[in-house]
Amino acid sequence: MAAILLIEDDPLVRRGLELALSRHGHDLRTADTGEDGLREFRSSTPDLVVLDLMLPGIDGFEVCRRIRTGSEVPVIMLTARGDDFDVVGGLAAGADDYVVKPVQPTVLDARIRAVLRRTAGVPGGVRVHRDLHVDTTALTVTLRGEPVALTPTEMRLLLTLSAAPGRVFTRRQLLQAVWEHDYLGDSRLVDNCVQRLRAKIETSPAAPEFVQTVRGFGYRFGPV
Amino acid sequence: MSGPLWPRGLRSRLLVAFVVVTVLGAVVAAWSGAGTAGAALVASSEQRLTEALTGQIGAVTPGLAYPPDQGALERLRSAAGANTLVTYGSLRSADGVAADLVPDSLRTAVRTGNRMVTQRTTGGGEPWLLIGTPVMITAPDGARTPSGIEVYAARDLAGVEREIAGMARSAVVTAALTLPLAVLLALLAAGSVLRPVRDLRDTARRLAAGDLGARSNPRGADELADLTATVNEMAGSLQESMAALRRMQADARRFAADVSHELRTPLSTLTAVVEVLSMSADGMEPDARESAQLAITETRRLVTLVEELMEVSRFDAGTARLRVEDLDVAGAVRDCLRARGWSHRVELVAPGAVPARLDRRRVDVVVANLVGNALRHGEPPVRVVVAASGGEVLVEVTDSGPGLPEHVLPHVFDRFYKADAARTRTPDSGLGLALALENARLHGGDVEAGNRTGARGARFVLRLPRESGDR
Repeated sequence: MAAILLIEDDPLVRRGLELALSRHGHDLRTADTGEDGLREFRSSTPDLVVLDLMLPGIDGFEVCRRIRTGSEVPVIMLTARGDDFDVVGGLAAGADDYVVKPVQPTVLDARIRAVLRRTAGVPGGVRVHRDLHVDTTALTVTLRGEPVALTPTEMRLLLTLSAAPGRVFTRRQLLQAVWEHDYLGDSRLVDNCVQRLRAKIETSPAAPEFVQTVRGFGYRFGPV
Repeated sequence: MSGPLWPRGLRSRLLVAFVVVTVLGAVVAAWSGAGTAGAALVASSEQRLTEALTGQIGAVTPGLAYPPDQGALERLRSAAGANTLVTYGSLRSADGVAADLVPDSLRTAVRTGNRMVTQRTTGGGEPWLLIGTPVMITAPDGARTPSGIEVYAARDLAGVEREIAGMARSAVVTAALTLPLAVLLALLAAGSVLRPVRDLRDTARRLAAGDLGARSNPRGADELADLTATVNEMAGSLQESMAALRRMQADARRFAADVSHELRTPLSTLTAVVEVLSMSADGMEPDARESAQLAITETRRLVTLVEELMEVSRFDAGTARLRVEDLDVAGAVRDCLRARGWSHRVELVAPGAVPARLDRRRVDVVVANLVGNALRHGEPPVRVVVAASGGEVLVEVTDSGPGLPEHVLPHVFDRFYKADAARTRTPDSGLGLALALENARLHGGDVEAGNRTGARGARFVLRLPRESGDR
């Protein structure tokens, strides 16, 4: 059960998803435009936002960017299948995951729950990697003593990678471990999240120290 | 005659014919000219020589004693110049160098005819003109009688011959000079005839290659210009028809894409609410529950159909893109079967990992469609064999059913093609195999449909390159 903000312009789709997600036990608030959505977001502070990209007025990409300027609340985008532009743009704007319309509420519910699970801590205490400190139970990260704000997805990716420094994870393994996606999961989710994580914890994101690319295989943490 | 050869053939034939005619004409003209001029030259020099001889003889004869003695003959001879023989009966002048040149036939002709006779002969390798003439006596009353003195003179014709040879040589040279000129003219003529033909050929080639804006420029008002204008008209109407056809195709495609897109919004609502219905189905009356179940099934089918229609529109519009990644084809096939709950119904034969760079989602679509097709229309056992062969990955899907009838084979990949007209309501959309083929081709691969050899059942083979470039 989570407080979810659904931003969708079509009234019938909005009502349908509201009915179905409520049925899955979520507490729904809805908005029909980007402006309304942002207002609602600030007043109700939801656990998660389900965001349609095609909105009148300010579109879903812009809504996502504005949410990201001051918040790490997970965002799941509603996109049209095959519109790669939407997926790439949405991920760049900071979305955590996406589902393709028409979406089965069961699938959307599974994604919502998977995203929310990322906010749960894991045993292990504080992992120290040189000047990067990762608290695996409180889910906080500091770099040179300064706190770093990570989204739950970025946090879970960092936890997964740093649990085994030096071990290479394939994109597919990361998709299953972090996003809980099936075998058809979109590896761009991983690449995009890695980029955002690097921007936050690496001194030089172009020559990363912590999250390194292993060409042709995937990613590994350090070793540092 | 193959395409690129015939213009060269026509050109060379024109060239050869033109050169032969021109050179032959020049040779004939030069030779006949040289012959006429030679004959005239010989005639005029003969006349000149005979007149000179007559004059020389005429100047000496009045003072000549008659009958002449040896001395008189010698005087006459010396007056007539070198190479002269003067005879009177049995008397003959000395020093007659040309005496042996003078044949008896000439003497007889002079003696019996009492007139001047000329004859051409060769002696010592040189051409000579022999002149034989009787010397006439003019009586005081003006009557002329033969004196019995005969003068034979041999005159050298070498100079004249040289002149004639010179003329013949210049005729040959003239004819030879016409050859390059003739070739040049022939080239120009052939060019002017063939240029419109070549233009037409180039235009036809560009039209054939799909450049429907190609036109030839008609020049002049001859048959070739007519032909060019006709070809241009044809190209024009072809271009118009193609443009109309393209417009219609684009309209149809856009319509399909638009319709599918518009259907997506109500389908989103439907998909959401039928699930609510199904979750509440337990408390419903039996027929309401069944209705809810039907609504769910049909909504899912509609969703699949719309998604496949949109995918087809993307292929038609050329906007389908590959997103390649490193994957193990054997693993991808296994995942595909497992995700659809087919693992226990399908036998998978794979030699371990088969690494390739392909679009995972599209490979999944192809395999799911081929296996789904085998499960629906074939009979068990259904077998999937994954193999690597050179730069290719092969995925073979076979079943043990009746196989594909001959008349169905050419249409297996047609959209909405139903092999059995009575079985119009199969759970598949009718786009599955068409999409499988499109997805394989997008990778630069192919799907082949046929029947197993030596066993019952249909056989589909998917071929994919191991390295598929992003496109």
